[in-house]
Amino acid sequence: MISFILNNQVVKTGLPSGSTLLDFVRYEKQLVGTKIGCREGDCGACNVLVGTLVGEEITYQTMTSCLTPLSNVHAKHVLTVEGINLSNRQLSPVQELMIVNNGTQCGFCTIGFVMSLTGVVLSKENPTYANVIKAIDGNICRCTGYKSIERAAKGLCETLAERPAKKPLSWLVEQGFVPDYLQNIPAKLQSLQQKLNQDSTFNDNGQKTDFFIGGGTDLMVQKPAIIRTSSTTNFLDDTQLKGIHIEGNLCRVGASTTVTEFEDSPEIQKMFPDLSKYLKLVSSTPIRNMATMGGNIINASPIGDMTIFFLALNSQVILKDALTQNSRTLPLKDLFLDYKKLDKTDTEYIESLQFEVPDNATYFNFEKVSKRTHLDIASVNSACQLKVAKDGAILQAHISAGGVAAIPKYLDKSSAFLKGKKMDDATWKTFSEVLDSEVSPISDARGSAAYKRLLLRQLVLAHFVEFKLNHWLAF
Amino acid sequence: MANIDAFGHVTGTSIYVDDIPVMQGTLFIKVFDAPVAHGVIEALDYSEAEEMEGVVKVFSYKDIPGENQIGGIIADEPLLAEKEVHFWGQPILLVVAENEIAAEEALHKIHISIKELPVITDPKEAFLKGKFLHNSRTFESGNTENAFREARYIFEGSADSGGQEHLYLETQGAYAYPMEHGSIKIHSSTQGPTQVQRTVAKVLGIGMNKVEVDVARLGGGFGGKEDQASPWAAMTALVSWVLKKPAKCVLHRMEDMRMTGKRHPYRSDYKIGLDKDFNIIAYEATFFQNGGAAADLSPAVMERTLFHATNSYQIPHVKVQAHGCKTNLPPNTAFRGFGGPQGMFVIESAIDHAAQKLKVSRESIQARNLMENGYQFPYGQIVEGCEARTCWEELNAKYPIEGIRKDILTFNENHAFLKKGMALMPVCFGISFTNTMMNHSRALVHVYSDGTVGVSTGAVEMGQGVNTKMLQIAAQEFGLDASQIKLETTNTTRVANTSPSAASATSDLNGKALLDACSQIKARLKNMLWVKNDLEAGAEVRFEGGKVWMEGMEEPAIWIDVVLDALARRINLSAKGHYATPKIHFDKIKEKGHPFAYHVYGTALTTVTVDCIRGTYELEAVHIVHDFGTSMNRLVDLGQIEGGLVQGIGWMTMEEVAYNNKGRLLSNALSTYKIPDIYSVPKEINTHFLPTDNNNMAIYKSKAVGEPPLMYGIGAFFAIAEAIRAFNPDAPLHLPYCAPMTPEKVLMALYGE
Repeated sequence: MISFILNNQVVKTGLPSGSTLLDFVRYEKQLVGTKIGCREGDCGACNVLVGTLVGEEITYQTMTSCLTPLSNVHAKHVLTVEGINLSNRQLSPVQELMIVNNGTQCGFCTIGFVMSLTGVVLSKENPTYANVIKAIDGNICRCTGYKSIERAAKGLCETLAERPAKKPLSWLVEQGFVPDYLQNIPAKLQSLQQKLNQDSTFNDNGQKTDFFIGGGTDLMVQKPAIIRTSSTTNFLDDTQLKGIHIEGNLCRVGASTTVTEFEDSPEIQKMFPDLSKYLKLVSSTPIRNMATMGGNIINASPIGDMTIFFLALNSQVILKDALTQNSRTLPLKDLFLDYKKLDKTDTEYIESLQFEVPDNATYFNFEKVSKRTHLDIASVNSACQLKVAKDGAILQAHISAGGVAAIPKYLDKSSAFLKGKKMDDATWKTFSEVLDSEVSPISDARGSAAYKRLLLRQLVLAHFVEFKLNHWLAF
Repeated sequence: MANIDAFGHVTGTSIYVDDIPVMQGTLFIKVFDAPVAHGVIEALDYSEAEEMEGVVKVFSYKDIPGENQIGGIIADEPLLAEKEVHFWGQPILLVVAENEIAAEEALHKIHISIKELPVITDPKEAFLKGKFLHNSRTFESGNTENAFREARYIFEGSADSGGQEHLYLETQGAYAYPMEHGSIKIHSSTQGPTQVQRTVAKVLGIGMNKVEVDVARLGGGFGGKEDQASPWAAMTALVSWVLKKPAKCVLHRMEDMRMTGKRHPYRSDYKIGLDKDFNIIAYEATFFQNGGAAADLSPAVMERTLFHATNSYQIPHVKVQAHGCKTNLPPNTAFRGFGGPQGMFVIESAIDHAAQKLKVSRESIQARNLMENGYQFPYGQIVEGCEARTCWEELNAKYPIEGIRKDILTFNENHAFLKKGMALMPVCFGISFTNTMMNHSRALVHVYSDGTVGVSTGAVEMGQGVNTKMLQIAAQEFGLDASQIKLETTNTTRVANTSPSAASATSDLNGKALLDACSQIKARLKNMLWVKNDLEAGAEVRFEGGKVWMEGMEEPAIWIDVVLDALARRINLSAKGHYATPKIHFDKIKEKGHPFAYHVYGTALTTVTVDCIRGTYELEAVHIVHDFGTSMNRLVDLGQIEGGLVQGIGWMTMEEVAYNNKGRLLSNALSTYKIPDIYSVPKEINTHFLPTDNNNMAIYKSKAVGEPPLMYGIGAFFAIAEAIRAFNPDAPLHLPYCAPMTPEKVLMALYGE
């Protein structure tokens, strides 16, 4: 049995835990405000807020309900638009701003925007304009051209400027941003969780798990028909697999760490000052809230953004066998054998990734180009990490690239070539030939093979433009 | 005033087809479609599917009681394929089950064997093989042959534009159920309720009076639901009719993308001739329209390409020809602009070509050739109320073109890997259905005994705000508060024989019919008031602020009292209004006439920055001066400009409809077909309302605004092209006029060898 709080009501369901939250709210609970746009997390029309109890408060995150299996909202709070509507036809400032700015035309995408923006309202994030826009970076609108929605977003920044940092919820209720019942939800959720802990029938114990799911952002797209009738186990909230730990000069990232958690980690931010710039190129806010590092790697997509990121960090992956409980460590680059083929047994799963904490002599950059710069899958992506001597000589290089081979590619030859070199025009010329020699892109919907070859060269060039080593290409 | 649907939209209470509470016993339909683009069906076995649990029946064309025909203009398209299939995704069978999952699973138990036939996806290939959907047409004025002899400069080339997926957020769908007396009711997400009604009647073999089509609203249409909402409605009607049960069909996004047509891709050849002063004296173009496998609306789309082939330019000698080519793609269909954008892209390419060769700016050629009043379009209509130059001048006054160009030059000199470019895009767009007989409409108004008003029109609300405008009209005419007026759903039993909500003309046509209905009721009330108050017949009566003011009376009457008085006197407080656009006509034999009620004008200036390392681009700003006439709702109209522009930019930049040579759609999901997101739109869009007060034929002089702004997006293509050339002066060799300008094309042009 799955049980959670849906808006102001505790719900229980015996439906397969792999069925989607979207179908559940629309067709089981007749909450039809949440819309179906694409069923693959690419439009945001089905965005809902998912709340997790953290201490005495609830932290809400936007998620695409189309890719959320019921198992992933077990013992949580789910908010749909029906749950944020105020009584007596009153409108929240978010709703009011969308109306007065004409941010809604046909209305089909509107609920998704309203939910994403309400996510900003309920979050602790600074309500800067950039942050508000970021919250709706996964929402597609075909009517407005977004300008009216941008104007609504500006208005929201102003309206939220007064929001107190501590205990904001009572202020939000007072100001009519959200209905007052939300103040009772933490206690209600606590009591639900206690009940669930005491009652083993709510767990999937004894039932065979068909799928282990992290955020579901890929599996739910690839196998929706099978998963919706299957039993799923939630990896996303497995505390054993979460967290970012630094031990000595090693950084260990739990497999269930989401992209958002990675982005929000102060330790990671310190290691990668441009982190938010890189991750802005990776999917969208709701997807980053759901997608896990382990999921990105296990999916073995040749263009997985985070995989490319970790490959250039020369990461190691720690696999654990679910049966024997034995762990083994291997270089991430050796995990990928062929297209979607991994050096992994059926009972092994990724426990964590680890990489060396970069020092002051380390340069890192991540590049990605896709048809649409944001919220898109890469035509080619690449990451590069260099250790550079004071005189500009490259001591060590790790370069990775996606979209240029059947696997997410660690560029062995190119990386080796750079060792001991100083970059200049002549070196670049030879180097780009080496680069070209070890890739074999194919033509597909994301670009022709010729384009991908050229693009890889340019993205690697972009790394060096960003690094400005020896003032080469420093403009 | 804000959109009257907005409250429902932001609270999630607006109802779309899939939100209608499902009745007990409702059956669900999944479409089994062709897995190849062209072939002969040799064997088809669905017995296993039919035996599956939950499956009620599998329908083939043999189960259709009426005609298996849904072609709108030309009867060339079956609802369900019979012996042959002509495009990948063509519906063949309908699996009907008690729930959607059962229907979907049964799809996999259908066995089909198809003998594949050659597939054509390129319209020029179709042309060479003599595959046409409809007759070719030619518009001609002056004598191009002579003019080219006199021209100092002549440039020839080709320009191709790609398709465009509508990507209405709400996919196609319908819900039908049987009614009494052998009739049927259908909730359809359609821009053309009458078209659905007509199609269903034909497929079921019953009278149109037995088919009721009701439309509350659409989650976007953009032309994609003008004709192509009909098949899904007909399928639900068919199943419901035969099985006597409610039946529902709402397409999955990937089904929608695979099975429905899109904006027509065009391949075109042009020849442009200029005199020594760069006046365009002759222009010829041949358009090869990729119509897909059936005619659908292609003949009308192609016609509008010819009407707009010269955009805003005054060219004395013109010969433009178009061929509707039959290929094995889903039948392409209406899309905002309706062939106009495809025509305009070609002349803009020709002008760009000339500008490159003559080493002058594009805008110098554009500005010099803008049309003026009195010019006769190649199709015979004389230009009146022309605002082409006014818009251009106004834009130049607000955003000095030369200054912006200088800034760009300076920027480009100072940046090795970032280059800026700019482009101007004037637009002249004709308002009316080019098929004259479609320019009519009706509206039904009831004044109830409590003074509230109900309004029905033939207009379909799809986000464009037409119902808001209708409400404004009724409120203004009766002098009532908006809260007193209700807009009803669009329903074929209340307003019949409607034209689809399309051609930017919906507000004009339905607004004028509504005006007529309101005027009839007001006339009856006036008459009553004159008699009752012993006033002279013809004395002025004003309806304002809930009161009725009469010339010669000191105190106004209260609206509700007037209404009650009228009812007591047994006066009819309902009226059916009618409107047929006057003056318009067109002779398709001579290809001359006066097809448009009026034209809409505007100019946009687009600036972009290209990242010449990565081949990506950002749109910096689009400044627009647009001729709205006297806008009756600036908020709604601004939304149309911004939304239309961004859709046009999408068409010109990232939106790439890709089929492989077997006719399979590659860009078949939102993960592979990209429309603009919030980060990819221009950083600034500045829209300036050019108030014009010409005696135009628009409702309240508020000009149509739906389609014209889409074509401002064409500027993005040429602005990016200019930035590319700033980095790689040889780029013209590698940069054909081939839209969309994807990052791939940009990078290949930047570094092309």
